[in-house]
Amino acid sequence: MFMILGVPGPLLFGQVLLGLINGAFYAMLSLGLAVIFGMLNIINFAHGSFFMMGAFVSWMLLNYLGIGYFPSLILAPIIVGAIGILLEKTLISRLYKLDHLYGLLLTFGMSLVVNGLFRNYYGSSGMPYDIPGVLNGAQNLGFMYMPIYRGWVVVAALVVCLATWIAIEKTSLGARLRAATENAPMVQAFGVNVPRLVTLTFGGGVALAAFAGVLAAPIYSVNPNMGDNFINTVFAVVVIGGMGSIIGSVITGFGLGVIEGLTKVFYPQASATVVFLVMVIVLLARPRGLFGRMV
Amino acid sequence: MREGSEGRPAGGEAAMLEVAGLNAWYGESHILHGVDFSVNEGEVVTLLGRNGAGKTTTMKSIMGLVGRRAGSIRYRGQDLIGVAPNRIAHAGIGFCPEERAIFGSLSVTENLMLPPVVAPGGLDVETIYALFPNLRERASTAQATKLSGGEQQMLAIARILRTGAKLLLLDEPTEGLAPVIVQQIGRTIQEIKKRGFTVLLVEQNFRFAATVADRHYVMEHGRIIDMIPNAELPSRMEKLHEYLGV
Repeated sequence: MFMILGVPGPLLFGQVLLGLINGAFYAMLSLGLAVIFGMLNIINFAHGSFFMMGAFVSWMLLNYLGIGYFPSLILAPIIVGAIGILLEKTLISRLYKLDHLYGLLLTFGMSLVVNGLFRNYYGSSGMPYDIPGVLNGAQNLGFMYMPIYRGWVVVAALVVCLATWIAIEKTSLGARLRAATENAPMVQAFGVNVPRLVTLTFGGGVALAAFAGVLAAPIYSVNPNMGDNFINTVFAVVVIGGMGSIIGSVITGFGLGVIEGLTKVFYPQASATVVFLVMVIVLLARPRGLFGRMV
Repeated sequence: MREGSEGRPAGGEAAMLEVAGLNAWYGESHILHGVDFSVNEGEVVTLLGRNGAGKTTTMKSIMGLVGRRAGSIRYRGQDLIGVAPNRIAHAGIGFCPEERAIFGSLSVTENLMLPPVVAPGGLDVETIYALFPNLRERASTAQATKLSGGEQQMLAIARILRTGAKLLLLDEPTEGLAPVIVQQIGRTIQEIKKRGFTVLLVEQNFRFAATVADRHYVMEHGRIIDMIPNAELPSRMEKLHEYLGV
């Protein structure tokens, strides 16, 4: 067995891959959070719940309706995104004129209610969701065995992040969104229906979380608390990347996942705290985050 | 001039914009106290007045960008009080604010193409570049706020010429610009007037206003206190100086 820096190669690569997988989820979740924060000025504490709902909806589609994994990748984000739009229209939209803190409290409360409802009906032990047949098995890459599903998660996350970036940075709808983030009243005075744009943005951010939830279902068991495990780290990712920065979220998400994985190899005791250590260092050196824009 | 309460005055020419008894508030501050004026199709009309007279607030009230407004704003017969800003834009009004509102996270071209087309008959991009050759040269600038002040002003005017809006509200387009740029903006206003646009212009600089406008309204303390046709401006210059305190 070959060694790198005194560590067996397969162990090192295994942890890097695991870090990339976690990083993929960090990236997708923080991307949605960043887009929502940029446009709505809402710190969406319910984001982990939408992630969890994505996994649950795909589980329900499979077990109640017999709809499999690949249709769920499309259907679950649409369904959960629609729920998000409903919540934005009925609750969140009432808070835009108030301080950030109210949005944070409301979405925090929403996540407690949603998680509680799912715990009530499905318990907290978790339910299995099988890896779809075509993505089962592992591939020998020469230096390690890679489970195909894990590779698929990294690729799918990268594609979704890239698509989101193109939609925001390269399309006319994205230009309206960026402009409205800067000066919403003026964009509305040009004839853009900004309230509708805000609602769609929230729905889009929520759908991203739900998409990540579907990808996560076969890896982690489907349970009401699955979002909580991620959401603390994801908030750290958003802060490190720079609030509201899209590129920042993606790069920081993957980067922190890998840093976490490497810490597990070289100094496992610190693996749970390393993200927050990075956050402290970044905030001391660059209070706006690595990719934060002047506000 | 005010016989158009039913939308069509006896003279046959309807006022395009009729503002009557307009009141506006920012939070608790009552800024406009019954503003009355009208703009006819094809005219260039200015609002003159000292700082704080309510000129900018009048423009923002027309666009629905103030906290609260009351009274009547009729544009081509349609009452705009209580209408959302995006629907006011779609009625055919283009707004170029005092702060220009050029978006730094958008490129020059993205800024130009940002306002949706609200009606047919807007200028095409080639015509706009012919009017503002600087913008063609700077079209690929990735961050539009990197343009000079004059270029940003031209961009702010250019992007509402594209949309098909027929009434343009220009809030102090010459503020803080070099004389040569002011002249260019003056020529642009004359050119767009020739093309059938109607312009409501807020100005501090009445010498500039006199070169482009048909009529001038003078504002003070949130009201219109006088109206001076441009032809009478030389004979009433003393009065105007008194109004403006210059």
